[in-house]
Amino acid sequence: MNWGETARTALDAIRARRMRSALTMLGILIGIAAVMLTVGLGQGASAQVKAQISSLGSNLLIVSPGSSTTTGGIRGGRGSASTLTTRDATALADRTTAPDIAAVAPVSSSETSLVNGSTNWTTSVVGTTPSWLDVRARTLAEGRFFTQAELDSSSPVVVLGATTASELFTVGSSVGRSIIVNSSTFTVIGVLNTVGASTTSDEDDQAVMPETAYTSRVATGSAPGALGTIYLEATSQGTLSAAYQEADATLSALHGITATSTADFTINSQQSLLATVTSTSKTLTVLLGGIAAVSLLVGGIGVMNIMLVSVTERTSEIGLRRALGARRRRILAQFIVEAVMLTSIGGVLGVAIGTGLAGLIEILVHIPTAVPMWAVVLSMAAAGGVGLVFGIYPAYRASRLDPVEAMRRE
Amino acid sequence: MSQQPLPDRPTPPILSMRDIAKVYGTDAGEVHALRGVSLDVDQGDYVAIMGPSGSGKSTLMHIIGCLDNPTSGHYELAGTDVSEMSEAELAEVRNQQIGFVFQQFNLLASMPAWRNVELPLCYAGVPKAERRERAMDALARVGLADRTGHRPGEMSGGQQQRVAVARALVTDPALILADEPTGNLDSHSTKDVLSLFAELHGSGRTMLLSNHERDVAMAARRIIRIRDGQIEEQLLEGALSR
Repeated sequence: MNWGETARTALDAIRARRMRSALTMLGILIGIAAVMLTVGLGQGASAQVKAQISSLGSNLLIVSPGSSTTTGGIRGGRGSASTLTTRDATALADRTTAPDIAAVAPVSSSETSLVNGSTNWTTSVVGTTPSWLDVRARTLAEGRFFTQAELDSSSPVVVLGATTASELFTVGSSVGRSIIVNSSTFTVIGVLNTVGASTTSDEDDQAVMPETAYTSRVATGSAPGALGTIYLEATSQGTLSAAYQEADATLSALHGITATSTADFTINSQQSLLATVTSTSKTLTVLLGGIAAVSLLVGGIGVMNIMLVSVTERTSEIGLRRALGARRRRILAQFIVEAVMLTSIGGVLGVAIGTGLAGLIEILVHIPTAVPMWAVVLSMAAAGGVGLVFGIYPAYRASRLDPVEAMRRE
Repeated sequence: MSQQPLPDRPTPPILSMRDIAKVYGTDAGEVHALRGVSLDVDQGDYVAIMGPSGSGKSTLMHIIGCLDNPTSGHYELAGTDVSEMSEAELAEVRNQQIGFVFQQFNLLASMPAWRNVELPLCYAGVPKAERRERAMDALARVGLADRTGHRPGEMSGGQQQRVAVARALVTDPALILADEPTGNLDSHSTKDVLSLFAELHGSGRTMLLSNHERDVAMAARRIIRIRDGQIEEQLLEGALSR
């Protein structure tokens, strides 16, 4: 069988009835376009969340204070106790007990007002160690981060987030200038590069200072040595779970924890957050797949309907082709190819329109979208497949027509 | 009309039917459309089949055209027994041995004349360039060399039927089978098409047409009358014109 010839015949038939062909492919087109749009939006959102999570540092483990347990057995919520201390941070930094932990950054923070002359700005003030910069995978836009010497001497120095710097110092560089925090004067020594907002806080709006300066000058009222969070950096992506085990064992030993149910701390990894996001987006994808299947089914039934009408209308054409020597197989192929072509054109247009709309939304509403290649390929294949499945019956009907029809008089 | 000498016997006839019967089973019982038809058509003959509706004329045309199998009997076309052939085999015989001309012209409206003419060659698997060339030749043969790119809608009835004749000629078939070819034409176009048939007959083509008009049938060399599924009489040229 000559497929090129069959394809040409099918294309002629589609072109000869432009309006009907356009209306027939509309169902498939709209279905595919809707799928492309929703997949594009979903993938865009999921990619954004993933980027934010990995911007926090990909080998990161976060130790948070856990729930407190009273002697009566009543447990408070997460963070109800300040159970993490500098002692824990020091123990975790020990290379012999925790060889897979590369760096430790204990963090205490509070919402505090920063003052520059008549300007003031309330933000999260963070007390930590010099390793914070590496552990949180941050870089500096200008100036420098504080040193171990400055930590040891409780130097009044501060590194500002990009937003914080621009809020306090509207003109000129902020490095070298002074701000007042809790009536102490701090010198700005650096500004962090921007990373954007995370799911929980604005990473660009904070003031980072040596932990010693923080406890002695800012958070003067809190219990000495109490920490909000300890950030740990594993030596590599591969040692993340080993680092997790070491941290868990070290802290359990220090806190005298014997059962996981009574642990007064929680360790989270970016991996577990990523896994949550991934499983959410998988659910979304399955849901979209279901919608796509339904819309393609409806579109396919539409195609079959029109093809059946078309076969009835073209009885004499089919009879003529049979009389002139076309075999049944040839007629079957002609109509199947016509149906596949119709739905494939619908699929291509649907992908184009759906992707175009996704792009338009990104430009106009600033919602990130990403139409993945697999969705494009899958949609086109599905559109063609619908033509094949729903074209078979009309094509079969056409191929069973008697060649005697060619001689029938109207 | 020029008289062609009959080919020397024992050249076998191009079409040979023996005791062809066709029975249709309907709800009202069996209908005997043909009751034992025997017919020979020689190479270069020009035969008209006449008969009122319900006479079995259409059924005979279907069987001659290999569009349908007879219920019983023997049918040889161009030396091949076609009475027991499968659908696929019959499709090939129709493609190779028979050129059809229909009452309704049966041209595809969306295609220009030359693409209508090349259609049988598509099904014969002839390469594209050769198809086009042969279609152009066939259109020139029927006097439409200047209308090859016209669509059927842009042509008169007579011209459309000429395109159909070109399509019948393009495969160089053993037999040209015309089913009421002038049924949809005015008297002027009828004359036009009949003179084309006479010309083809003159060049040695074997022609067979079904018709119910005496004037048209008179153009043929033999007239066969069908009634109640049987051949009623056969008249040779001249018998009617007396």
